[in-house]
Amino acid sequence: MADLLHIENLTIRHAGLPLVSSVSLSLAPGERVGLIGESGSGKSLTALAAIGLLPEGMTASGSILLAGQQVVGAADRDIVGLRGTTVATIFQEPLTALDPLMRIGDQIAEVLRRRARRDGRPVSRAGIANEVAALMARVALPDPARLARAYPHEMSGGQRQRAAIAMALACRPSLLIADEPTTALDVTTQAEVLKLLEALVREENMALLFISHDLPVVGSAVDRVLVLRAGELVEQGPIGEVFGRPRHPYTQGLVEAARAFDRAIGAAL
Amino acid sequence: MSLIDLDAVSFAYGRGRNVLDGIDLRIDAGRNLGIVGESGSGKTTILRLLLGLARPTSGQISFRGEPLDLGDRSFMRGFRRAVQAVFQDPYSSLDPRQKVADIIAEPLRSLNIDTDIDAAVAEALASVDLPLDAAVRYPHEFSGGQRQRIAIARAIVSQPELVLADEVVSALDLTTRIRIVDLLKSLSERTTLVLVSHDIGFVALLCQDLVILEKGRIVEQGSARDILSAPKHPYTRRLLDSTPRLPDFT
Repeated sequence: MADLLHIENLTIRHAGLPLVSSVSLSLAPGERVGLIGESGSGKSLTALAAIGLLPEGMTASGSILLAGQQVVGAADRDIVGLRGTTVATIFQEPLTALDPLMRIGDQIAEVLRRRARRDGRPVSRAGIANEVAALMARVALPDPARLARAYPHEMSGGQRQRAAIAMALACRPSLLIADEPTTALDVTTQAEVLKLLEALVREENMALLFISHDLPVVGSAVDRVLVLRAGELVEQGPIGEVFGRPRHPYTQGLVEAARAFDRAIGAAL
Repeated sequence: MSLIDLDAVSFAYGRGRNVLDGIDLRIDAGRNLGIVGESGSGKTTILRLLLGLARPTSGQISFRGEPLDLGDRSFMRGFRRAVQAVFQDPYSSLDPRQKVADIIAEPLRSLNIDTDIDAAVAEALASVDLPLDAAVRYPHEFSGGQRQRIAIARAIVSQPELVLADEVVSALDLTTRIRIVDLLKSLSERTTLVLVSHDIGFVALLCQDLVILEKGRIVEQGSARDILSAPKHPYTRRLLDSTPRLPDFT
């Protein structure tokens, strides 16, 4: 089957300087891939490039095929249709991803209406309301009827991220990009949201591109992982190989550091 | 003797509900203490109380057995010399307009400590593994991890007995984080650390004792080894179960 996302020799430059250099990666439908790296590694830029949303002043070269459509050099009107249908993104900070002036239920409804419009499906007000309620239940938001009328600032961080996930699901994407989706959350909330994401990705058979600096979090969410450092791909492979027998000294350092924290609480296992 | 005691301490902001409720804890010299909690647990408020930046609504805080009297200037000068702090965000905790030498020397100047300032700054820089020429540079010239080293140098320059560290590695990358842990480990040979953090793995690397906070109450406290090997409170167990670990692939 053709790759859902196929990136070849992606280089991203800003003011002539390369921020990402010759990165290649591919994702088949339903595949779960992790992109790990520390700050400045280019992991988020790679994801933004994949959906044609690089910040102003940055240029991409190479090839990015998203559902067969070339993204590099494409006009925005040619790829805007892919965003919110083929691919949906969840960002680190749900507070900045949600509209502060709009009730949560309305925000989810807006995505549902757009998707229906693109599919050419007719929608009724009651139908949308039912779908909103169903999606909110799906992401385990408590008391959906009340929360649908809440504004983002009236919700907890975990609830906001669940709402953002509901909006991503409303797109019915084949590819879900999750950029540090649990980094801003408390550890107990993080565990719940990770479990939810894992279940949803499996049930909906979505491909997942999971971006994180946190090795243990990535380790539980994906099958294959790519390690980026300062814009360059240093290692990739199945999660068990990369984390179990890292070859590159940089990956070895990362794994060793993560293991040191694990060992400190290891007695609890 | 204990350095700091909290005895039935409660705290409320204004007329609101108690954000800390009946906190009993003691900080002993030579035993690092980790205060672990999630958002809303009251860990920042405990830190403010421990730094003498707020008064408890009820209960008492003592320093070396004497009640902490925020109005007694000479007592508080002794307290501030003995108790220093490092904060989470090294991008906002260092004055961008001051040279590193002046930032590090600040506690010496504000506490009127009679010492050779240049020598003290040089020693502090060496202790945190920064080169001497860092002294004449500005914070923006340094990376996040290096800035956190500068903040630590400032905290230890007055040779305090206690350093309070508030989420000091949360803003740092993993590899930087482990180096700061090593630095803190070597510092704890000469000063006692109180680490306030949501990250039980980080705290467990450095602390002999733990306090687990949930919604303003201590749900469990004791030696780190006991709590990690046999957590008693359901919340502690949930916290430990939720902490992601690298699966064993070998």
